[in-house]
Amino acid sequence: MSETADTAGTADRAGTTGPTAGEPLLEAHGLTKTFRVPRSASGSTRLHALDGVDLTVRRGETLGLVGESGCGKSTLARVLLMLERPDAGTVRYDGVDPFTLRGKSLLAWRRRVQMVFQDPFASLNPRMTAGELIAEPWLSHPDLVPRSGRERRVRELLEMVGLRAGDARRHPQEFSGGQRQRIGIARALALNPEVIVCDEPVSALDLSVQAQVLNVLTELQTELGVAYVFISHDLPVVRHVADRVAVMYLGRVVESGPAEEVFTAPRHPYTASLLSAAPRPPTAAPQDGRSRRIVLFGEVPSPTDPPSGCRFRTRCWKAEQVCADTVPADEPAPGAPQHLAACHLPL
Amino acid sequence: MTGHGTSGTETGTGTSTGSGTALEVSGLTVELRTPRGRTPVVRDVGFSVRSGQTLALLGESGCGKSMTAQAVAGLLDPVAEVVGGQVRLGGRDVLRLGRRERRSLAGPQLAMVFQDALTALNPVYTVGSQLAEPFRIHEQASRRVARNKAVELMERVGIPEPGLRAKAYPHQFSGGMRQRLLIAMAVALRPSVLLADEPTTALDVTVQAQIMELLAQLRRETRMALVLITHDLAVVGEQADQVAVMYSGTVVESGPVAEVFAAPRHPYTRGLLDSVPAGHPRGSTLPSIEGSPPRPGSVPTGCAFRARCPLARDRCATDLPPLVATGPGRASACHYWKELADV
Repeated sequence: MSETADTAGTADRAGTTGPTAGEPLLEAHGLTKTFRVPRSASGSTRLHALDGVDLTVRRGETLGLVGESGCGKSTLARVLLMLERPDAGTVRYDGVDPFTLRGKSLLAWRRRVQMVFQDPFASLNPRMTAGELIAEPWLSHPDLVPRSGRERRVRELLEMVGLRAGDARRHPQEFSGGQRQRIGIARALALNPEVIVCDEPVSALDLSVQAQVLNVLTELQTELGVAYVFISHDLPVVRHVADRVAVMYLGRVVESGPAEEVFTAPRHPYTASLLSAAPRPPTAAPQDGRSRRIVLFGEVPSPTDPPSGCRFRTRCWKAEQVCADTVPADEPAPGAPQHLAACHLPL
Repeated sequence: MTGHGTSGTETGTGTSTGSGTALEVSGLTVELRTPRGRTPVVRDVGFSVRSGQTLALLGESGCGKSMTAQAVAGLLDPVAEVVGGQVRLGGRDVLRLGRRERRSLAGPQLAMVFQDALTALNPVYTVGSQLAEPFRIHEQASRRVARNKAVELMERVGIPEPGLRAKAYPHQFSGGMRQRLLIAMAVALRPSVLLADEPTTALDVTVQAQIMELLAQLRRETRMALVLITHDLAVVGEQADQVAVMYSGTVVESGPVAEVFAAPRHPYTRGLLDSVPAGHPRGSTLPSIEGSPPRPGSVPTGCAFRARCPLARDRCATDLPPLVATGPGRASACHYWKELADV
């Protein structure tokens, strides 16, 4: 059952199921990361950004990473990209721990995981042309594309993301937000990565342009079989692109599983409240597993001083004594072993 | 451009409990003085809101929706200037009032909530003293009375332990709480019209829901008219009674939200609704509006949307389509709206 549910998720994207599609590519276990911060009201000097996070990204799939600000989703992305070293836990990429790599093998690994940033206005150097921006990664990886073929490859990449080959000579400020984000995507693709971490790739864009960029990402995945870690706070967007989702709250993954299952039958109260709090798009189906709106009281507690036991308990309407005493373990849903929720009293 | 008939007939303070028109804007035009000359950024914008109702000004960044709100509130940046139109508030055209008179309306008649609560609050005063200010200025209340009213207000917008928290500074509050404070300050003198410029955009979803609920509750209680400026279709669908869709500085479609969303009569509204991911199968290609909006300085002749429009014809390049009535309470600025209505 688990296998069928899962492959069904990736297989309805025609073409992504290459020979190796679906096998785990990037696995994280027990990732913990704290930062030193000025003493908080309670006297703590540690900010708990990640606390025992498990995560798997399979070849050619899109993993949606959902959560509110401060939940640790960007820190998690930074650890996966090796921009941040975890305090504890392991990362395995194709069976190898990238944190043990040095020199040439590290450089080779860096090529395989790339990133698309949120703000296309801040992430492109205004003094470089689009062509220079896209070709820049090859300065670090000179063997990937021979010098003579680079101009042609830049033109190809521009066309792949829906820009014109002639745009290579223009500067970022001559492009609109959506076009800039396409340049960011072309730049990430320049190194033929296997995984692209997209950190809020469309949240800075207007709705009419957002759809264009989402379409580009979907088409590229079909064509190239690249996997995405898609970080977003926009639930309808995640629902549209993700095969699987992981919902984070205060540094922990509270629920994960096939996207459709999580969205239609959330088991963790936090997921349910997130789904119900998001304003319903005008075109959404009336029955969405959230007929009654749950308005949570309060706000996310500070990560310098997280609650004991279940971190959501201070805002949860179902919380009991057990939630304060013990940290809930990931439990599979009945009949859906891939669908995990860390809750003592699942819905 | 709805509700023409009521213009000028309204009398009194506007705090009346009737369902009359609280705010009526017509022909509003705003220009920006730039080194390269004058650029129109708001062109002939009209809309009206009734007491106790919510009107959404819906549009994408740069469409002029915030500029419209600032012009109505008299808070335009000095480089921008209102060059035409009327803003009728409680029967009077506020654009014709002197500075002093206009200032006296800010608070009891018209108030505004801004997107970024942290920059809208003064960091060096306690929130209690900032909330007391409207009562001190407009009601000449004593320090003690104003302070007690401030604490009451804080309680009304759901700030826990208001007596204690009144002594705190803005940075000691979370984003959601700051937005509550800003709303408290805006509704302090029970304005008849509240302009809310993207009040929840900077907030997380769960907090966003709380703030929208607070606004709706205050609107019901005080029967104020709410003008909600937003880019979020879903927020409009849930919160607003009427919607005016803006594109490139002008209103392209207006009407009751349910009707406009069910059967849009402007290709831009239609394109926006189609771009919403929900309702499309997962991973499918989303319908999108090709291209991007024109920059304010280079709006094309005729219809501003024509370069991105699937219905565009020769006439669209030459004739600017006016906003015309297409049915009871509905209007569209498209030469070919009938083709959308028929489908």
